[in-house]
Amino acid sequence: MIEERFDAIVVGAGMAGNAAALTMAKRGMKVLQLERGEYAGSKNVQGAILYADMMEKLIPDFREEAPLERHLVEQRFWMMDDRSHLAMQYRSEDFNEERPNRYTIIRAQFDKWFSSKVREAGATVLCETTVTELARDDHGRVIGVRTDRRDGEIHADVVVLAEGVNGLLGTRAGLRARPEPDKVALAVKEMHFLPRETIEARFNLEGDEGLVIEAAGTISRGMTGMGFIYANKECISLGIGCLVADFQRSGETPYGLLDHFKRHPSVAPLIAGSEVKEYSAHLIPEGGYKAIPQLYGEGWVVAGDAAQLNNAVHREGSNLAMTSGRIAAETIFQVKSRGDRMTAKNLSLYKKMLDDSFVIKDLKKYKDLPTLMHTNSQNFFLTYPQLLSRAMQNFVRVDGTPKAEKEKMTLKSFVKARSWTGLFGDAFRFARAWR
Amino acid sequence: MNAELPSVRVEDKLYYNRYLVDVGRPHVKVRAHTTPSPQLLALLKACPARCYELNDKGQVEVTVDGCIECGTCRVIGEPTGDIEWSYPRGGYGVLFKFG
Repeated sequence: MIEERFDAIVVGAGMAGNAAALTMAKRGMKVLQLERGEYAGSKNVQGAILYADMMEKLIPDFREEAPLERHLVEQRFWMMDDRSHLAMQYRSEDFNEERPNRYTIIRAQFDKWFSSKVREAGATVLCETTVTELARDDHGRVIGVRTDRRDGEIHADVVVLAEGVNGLLGTRAGLRARPEPDKVALAVKEMHFLPRETIEARFNLEGDEGLVIEAAGTISRGMTGMGFIYANKECISLGIGCLVADFQRSGETPYGLLDHFKRHPSVAPLIAGSEVKEYSAHLIPEGGYKAIPQLYGEGWVVAGDAAQLNNAVHREGSNLAMTSGRIAAETIFQVKSRGDRMTAKNLSLYKKMLDDSFVIKDLKKYKDLPTLMHTNSQNFFLTYPQLLSRAMQNFVRVDGTPKAEKEKMTLKSFVKARSWTGLFGDAFRFARAWR
Repeated sequence: MNAELPSVRVEDKLYYNRYLVDVGRPHVKVRAHTTPSPQLLALLKACPARCYELNDKGQVEVTVDGCIECGTCRVIGEPTGDIEWSYPRGGYGVLFKFG
């Protein structure tokens, strides 16, 4: 048993946990961080994009030493059917700036570095340690944790639960429900290695410029899902994810979907000749605002994916994680500085501060979108992509058909597939959920 | 269904990964059953590492050696009590190099 008592215990060394541990340690608090992997990062999976603004708030000069891959200069959205993609691309020289806004990263490497900063700030980081249970007193207040490493309990004034999307502790302790199959997506990913010149040539990049492709359409076979392709320095992160409930219903396999995506005529040439070095999978919170659980209680707060804080529309998660971890830590520091106890009442400041931040404001904005996408997945992920592909082909193919007739054919195909009521209804529902 | 692509070999994919297997202490267990529930049957397809297989008696079995710890089976199978799910002991399980 560890006889020492800590100001705070942080469970997990992902983005939320590292942000929380760093913030508290920097303010001189006595912090213990527990991580089940052999090092911080070895269990963490993400696409991955790093958002500089939120990282700067934690480590202002992170660019000087963090293992970054490429800064993003281009974003492509692909709407795919089985043989085509309709693209929207945005590329700007503005993104070649002194302090770039977004980077691709490789999480296991980045998190290892991030964790070294947490240690430098004075926190005790204990890896290869799985927390098995929260320790509570007779009144149900959280007073520490039990681990698989030692007998007995480790005590602290407060526990920060940054245990990830699949956090067992909070569920076991009855602090929040297990994520439901229609509130989480399963994403699978492969790391495809290629010489950096090949990557730069295939994606039209120079130096450390990077690019993101996000793809939706028939690749998810009518399920709510998305594919992604991120260019790193010497490898490409490629994956696809769909709602767990949809996998359960459809009997599709995640690896079957991934393989199909890789063989798509728009994708295959990008990864041709690559060497795959890892296959991973991870759950992504997709429930949005309505899926956010209780965020604080007697002696505890929850941050990051464990709190289901993920913006599915903008594909942002790690920035919400590091921001919620930082705000949780700032709350704890404030309560401690006042000499107050870590009661639910005092820790409610965390929720108040989070409500005032972009984290909750963004999730609130899109609160109805997850349900819309999930209940209309056949239309949004199968019917419309196919219709749009046909419309586009009809538009560009020159075959002697008069243009007026072509337009009539396109319109007819839309009305036939969705009816006027359906078309207007979809447009209206989408606009309302987006605003 | 994946009729046109029956031959994706998950075992080959898992071969890229590093693992430290906690021999004799599986972190996922299937509840004993005679006929599998719909949830258990769904795991045969939904598990990205194909850890779940049918045995010759038609029961669902789990082998966790290739598990990539995503938690999909927990989300599907734990509510009905069909499976018991914990994290591996500290240091064990999949060890991502890239993540």
